Amino acid sequence: MAVVKLQRPKLNFGEKVYFGALIKGFFLTMTHAVKSLRGRSMGAKSLESSGLGVTMQFPEQRWDSHFPDYYRGAPALVTDEQGRERCVSCQLCEFICPPKAIRIKPGEIPSDDPWAKVEKRPAEFDIDMIRCIYCGMCEEVCPEQAIFLRKDYLITGLKRADMVHDKKKLYEIGGVRTGLVNKWNELK
Amino acid sequence: MPELLIQLAIILVKVVALTFVVVLPLVPVSVYFERRFSAVIQDRVGPNRVGIPLSLLGFKKDFHFFGLVQPVADGLKLFLKEDFTPAHVRTAFYWMAPALTVIPALITVCVVPFGSPITIFGHTEKLVIADLDVGPLFVFAVSSLSVYGITLAGWSSNSKFPFIGGVRSTAQMISYEISLGLSIIPVLLYFGELNLGRIVQHQAENGWLLLPFWKNGQISLPDMQTALFWIPAFISFIIFTISIFAETNRMPFDLPECETELVGGYHTEYSSMKFALFFMGEYAAMVIGSALIITLFLGGWSVGFGADKFINDLKIGEFQIGGLIHLGVFVAKLVAFILFFILVRWTVPRFRYDQLMKLGWVIFFEAALINVFLAALIIAAPELTAAIIGTGAVLLVALTGAVIWVAKVSEERPKPLRL
Repeated sequence: MAVVKLQRPKLNFGEKVYFGALIKGFFLTMTHAVKSLRGRSMGAKSLESSGLGVTMQFPEQRWDSHFPDYYRGAPALVTDEQGRERCVSCQLCEFICPPKAIRIKPGEIPSDDPWAKVEKRPAEFDIDMIRCIYCGMCEEVCPEQAIFLRKDYLITGLKRADMVHDKKKLYEIGGVRTGLVNKWNELK
Repeated sequence: MPELLIQLAIILVKVVALTFVVVLPLVPVSVYFERRFSAVIQDRVGPNRVGIPLSLLGFKKDFHFFGLVQPVADGLKLFLKEDFTPAHVRTAFYWMAPALTVIPALITVCVVPFGSPITIFGHTEKLVIADLDVGPLFVFAVSSLSVYGITLAGWSSNSKFPFIGGVRSTAQMISYEISLGLSIIPVLLYFGELNLGRIVQHQAENGWLLLPFWKNGQISLPDMQTALFWIPAFISFIIFTISIFAETNRMPFDLPECETELVGGYHTEYSSMKFALFFMGEYAAMVIGSALIITLFLGGWSVGFGADKFINDLKIGEFQIGGLIHLGVFVAKLVAFILFFILVRWTVPRFRYDQLMKLGWVIFFEAALINVFLAALIIAAPELTAAIIGTGAVLLVALTGAVIWVAKVSEERPKPLRL
């Protein structure tokens, strides 16, 4: 390997004395300070700053309206336009889930139910939000398009039990999603 | 006997009021300023939330105070943390070290004049705890004791990083003490005085050392000698200020505790209140350092421009309040200087350790020494004949040239024999 000899840059007198650079630095930091106090920092506008620096101050201001379409928040179950639970408890999401956050207990739909031909729905469906890594694999693998990652991100709780989303909570977050899978529809 | 008791009571009141009401609160305040100011410089917000939680008491809104209560929360947190003593430390020294860094810093408060004398019921009282005639010497003697705290902390922690931090700090503080001491000799020559109170009084009447634009309470241009003395005074000011930065282990010279290479330096093994004491000692040293700079170079408590006599005579009944106004002026100057400290911290990149040592020993030491002679020449000039002044000036220039030449020659590395 060839030896590359690097020459240190020759400094002139002004650079050696160092005070010029110090004063330049003072001006740089002070312009930053003044700009940040006036809310004119670089990028303050595009980052929707609170008027101090480039920071958006959280509880009062939120980034929600700027979320991209592909944002992955809390996973949730959805019902279709006729109020049917989409999930047929095939447990594919439970198997694919990398951190094993999902736990499903399949249940049978009684024969007198209008949707008896679907045969199964989850009796219990828990997602442990402490384990969930928001990877979206459950959404990807679901053959019934029953589980989606929504845009909710404020998942908090005072104890571990609070952080486990049960079936009721999941449907509450998920809501209704129309017109994707129609194979169980009478109208089809 | 009652007179003695009154004397003691006055001293006690002064100690408590000036140390625990004026200086110690400045420590958390400067921590707060440090965080907010650095945040503003870096386009952030900083701690602006902690306030009085009125909503816990059923009110609608919390009271934020721009986050000014943050230091209280920090202190409370440090109190409540586990005070962990590792098994491998040398316990006695490990416990002694934090106290040894804080106490010298706080003891030096006692010679700083906080304001002009106040008069209550015909009794005049100076706003200084101990009116010593050896002010700056006392400060240097006591504040250099804090080296022991840091060294002992580094050694007794019995672990590598603190040890390196302690050694670095010892070398640094001892080196810069020399230029610190030498740099104020011109100032002391000029005032002919070591009593800080009288130095400030003199500056209030005849112009601050760095702003000599009034004489005997009248605004006027400085005479020839004072104008010339401004040059050594300014050199002294620069050397003294930068040495104070090094003494307090502040940012451009914070090698003893650099997070990136030494984890935390000498206080790596400390937790809870012991760590807080180191932290407090560092900031207290910063407060005292800036108090000393203000007292010596920037007129201490005086407002300047001949306004001090007027303020001194302000009265409410029997009570002369001028001293309290001067106290306010002093604290305002102190806060301004602390802000300058913080600005420097977030502006100047850190030195390498050999550069730090070179700055102390090769540049500042020599500059301070030459500065002493320059100041002496200017002060003695009126009593000397022109020939002697000329010879002195020539000698001084020659000496300066020689010193610069030596410094330059010592820089040159021997050429390697083979590449």
